Amino acid sequence: MTHLDRLESQAIYIFREAFHAFKKPAMPWSMGKDSNVLIWLASKAFGGRVPFPVLHVDTTYEFPEMLEFRDWATKRYNLNLVVKINEEARGRGVGYETHDPVTVTHELKTAALQQAMAEHGWDALITGIRRDEDSTRAKERYFSPRNAEFEWDYKDQPPEFWNQFTTTIKPGEHVRVQPLLDWTEVDIWMYIKREGIPIPRLYFSRNGFRYRSMGCWPITKAVESDAVTIDEIIHELRHTKTSERAGRAQDHHERNAMQKLRAKGFM
Amino acid sequence: MDSAPASVADERDIATAAPTSTSTPPAVSSASSVSSPRQPPAWSYSNPPTSGVAPGEIPAFMHAPSPEAPGQEEEQRLKIVIVGHVDHGKSTLIGRLFFDTNSLPEGKVESIQKACDAEGMEFEYAFLLDALLEEQAQNITIDTTQIQFRTERRNYVIIDAPGHKEFLKNMITGAASADAAILLIDANEGVQEQSRRHGYLLSLLGIKQVLVAVNKMDLVNFSQEVFNNLVSEYTAFLKPLGVEPIHFIPISAKHGHNIIRPSASQAWYQGPSILGALDSINQPPSREGLPLRFILQDVYRFDERRLLAGRIETGKLRVGDEIVLWPNRKRSRVKSIEAWGADVPPTEATAGQSVAIQMTEQIFAERGQIATHGGEPMVESREFEANIFWLHDEPLRQGQPYELRLSTQQVEARITRISRVIDSASLESTAAERTQVAKNEAATVTVRTRRPLAFDNADVITETGRFVLLQNNRIGGGGIIHGETYAAVNAPETASDNISWTEGEVTAEARWEHFGHRGAVLWLTGLSGSGKSTLSVALESALFRKGISAFILDGDNLRHGLCNNLGFSREDRTENIRRAAEAARLLAEAGTVVIVALISPYRAERAKAAGIADNAGIPFAEVFINAPLAACEERDPKSLYKRARSGEIKGFTGIDSPYEAPEKPVLELRTDLHTKEECLGQLLELALKLSNPATRFRQEDSDPGANI
Repeated sequence: MTHLDRLESQAIYIFREAFHAFKKPAMPWSMGKDSNVLIWLASKAFGGRVPFPVLHVDTTYEFPEMLEFRDWATKRYNLNLVVKINEEARGRGVGYETHDPVTVTHELKTAALQQAMAEHGWDALITGIRRDEDSTRAKERYFSPRNAEFEWDYKDQPPEFWNQFTTTIKPGEHVRVQPLLDWTEVDIWMYIKREGIPIPRLYFSRNGFRYRSMGCWPITKAVESDAVTIDEIIHELRHTKTSERAGRAQDHHERNAMQKLRAKGFM
Repeated sequence: MDSAPASVADERDIATAAPTSTSTPPAVSSASSVSSPRQPPAWSYSNPPTSGVAPGEIPAFMHAPSPEAPGQEEEQRLKIVIVGHVDHGKSTLIGRLFFDTNSLPEGKVESIQKACDAEGMEFEYAFLLDALLEEQAQNITIDTTQIQFRTERRNYVIIDAPGHKEFLKNMITGAASADAAILLIDANEGVQEQSRRHGYLLSLLGIKQVLVAVNKMDLVNFSQEVFNNLVSEYTAFLKPLGVEPIHFIPISAKHGHNIIRPSASQAWYQGPSILGALDSINQPPSREGLPLRFILQDVYRFDERRLLAGRIETGKLRVGDEIVLWPNRKRSRVKSIEAWGADVPPTEATAGQSVAIQMTEQIFAERGQIATHGGEPMVESREFEANIFWLHDEPLRQGQPYELRLSTQQVEARITRISRVIDSASLESTAAERTQVAKNEAATVTVRTRRPLAFDNADVITETGRFVLLQNNRIGGGGIIHGETYAAVNAPETASDNISWTEGEVTAEARWEHFGHRGAVLWLTGLSGSGKSTLSVALESALFRKGISAFILDGDNLRHGLCNNLGFSREDRTENIRRAAEAARLLAEAGTVVIVALISPYRAERAKAAGIADNAGIPFAEVFINAPLAACEERDPKSLYKRARSGEIKGFTGIDSPYEAPEKPVLELRTDLHTKEECLGQLLELALKLSNPATRFRQEDSDPGANI
């Protein structure tokens, strides 16, 4: 077995454990590359069907291409898509025009997610986070319980070993299930290439720029790149010293911004 | 048979769980039935097909075969855990390794510098991993981190593990998945509590490849003597654990000595640097050559197909193989291996793969079962010895029910004996028997499960030789079964297909609490006329008056109903006893103290009856109602002896059929020597003891688990 085979097998194992353990799992889907790899792996785990709802938290600051991709891929994979906008916060005027990125991210992503959870009663969220994205994500578990307030008790995480996971929760709590935790950015690309997984065009160079990590358009910066194929992207990543989320403003707003965002329920 | 539909209902019907907006499922091996757009829109990207099919023939979103030749992809990524006592420099070593090998992303050094300025300290490599504010403020590692790293030879996953005793659960979380370890010891402080404890836990977790780095050599002036002393001290500690370090390396993580290149200050050291030593570690051996262990995670129903989904932990599985499902040992054959997106369905799958298979026969299958090949049995038992470590604040208590998970098996279990508690820091073991294991202690214990468990000796197949115990729904500790003493069993298969065990929601404990006592079986054996019926009637009413639910299963009464199709041949007597034992077990599970009054002349049959109760966790006591044949014959309450002597009854026990007296009855009552009241007194005492959940009852000393 190759390295990618192992990553794939472990992700499928986690998907199946989660599907068995939880009554109402759901999977946030940003249409980004990692998200699409998740959809692909779920399809493999469950014989070509994604047997739980897929949630798009629409911040209303989405790239139009991402929304087009969403609609196309929803049909392609036969997804049960749920779209959630935090209308209440938008109504209050929360937006990048007037607020700082940490506040907006919290309101339009985390709070919107909380609202969707409350509306649908989901007990598990299958996320696409990876350890190599951020040093707080590096400390995550495959199955990470969150309390009713969405808080991550990073100071007292339950042990997790030998593929035995935290699967029992109290009412109101939920578990973040993270099948891609062991994957790196390069692994994701190698897997997309190997499997031929459709992803949005924005990741590939146009006019000398490409997006390396996708978020809300006002706070997501393209990186200089001429990579128009996956091989070129992989080559570029192997030689770059810039971090993947360097173009994501909310991460760098203040020291430990990600820890603070994540402690409050951000992915 | 009536349980079969329930088991089918338990299967997750993926087809109906999926959205119902369209009836066309995505194609499994052909894209032609996909109703979505055949070409991806211009803003979507997909790599061109490479399988010799012209572009355009394959929708670009469809799975394309691997464009990369096998072997181009890297093999397994080696996982290295860094362990050792707090402040001996684990996080610093990792930070330094990344810094020296130029593996840090741009801006990372600056952001670490900023964090250090904020905390008012000099540049701290450890901040690379100690990302949490609390970790940076206290300069400690709270939770384990994984970070990837490349050398020219291969890729590594470096796992940082906390050195504080209170974060041992996080250390285990990190270390349990490692292939090898670097154990750090501070040259100045020497071998400390966690240096020893971590060394012990590595051996318990089965991590055999260990490098020992003696750090902070700069603080001892790079003294060879200090180094050599540490080497001998620590080697002596590790030796009894079976851990033999590959290298001892003198380093200074802070100043970069012997991290990626030799240290000029330690010319006396000829061995490799950390980087060189890492590259000398071997890949873990392949699991393919081991016996097949395919663990079932779920059974999915797609259309007409029923798929067994799970992972092959070890060995190989081929289409056409006959497999046995443990623990109930049903046999069937592999019809197909399903793979979504594969052009040609695979004909074999190997260790490490997550697969879904179809069987040729619709045998009962459920999560928790493990498939093996016929000639490679597992151990199936309700009792075993294990080495455990405990991580929860609440101690692990003997006799308490815990949820045990082994692979995907889930069963209620109790610790029936704690034979040895080991101080993992000193390796000293307490000789006196204990009734609990505290946080961060390790112990050798006897585990008893409510239902039979299928497992392997961890020395042979690690994956199915270890388990976890849950405390308050969280993993509380782990155990490793070194089953040298357990011979693999090959008991006959269960007789009928499609049967399962339906678990109720009312636990045994809830019943005990409700009734104020627990169910039990008193098995009264003895010749006809020895006094079994008389004593059982007396015992039943005595118990009933004490508020204890009691019930007699009398041999004669059983033959009027449940056993009325049985005669007195050896075969029929065996069946008679089996039915009585099963009926007694059910009643006892319902909470009743069952008094069985049955001649049951054969030792082997009584042993089976004991086994039936035992397997259900029901206390069982064999009581020998003893009176000499002459006395029985003289009493002859039913005139049976007279009729046997006259030849009217054939095969009568004691006359022309043998009676095998119990060898070690829990209680023997000589009804010819003692009064009925005396006998009843002893019997009542035993029954009360047996039905009291608080007393630990032993059928015999070698069976410490008989109380559950």
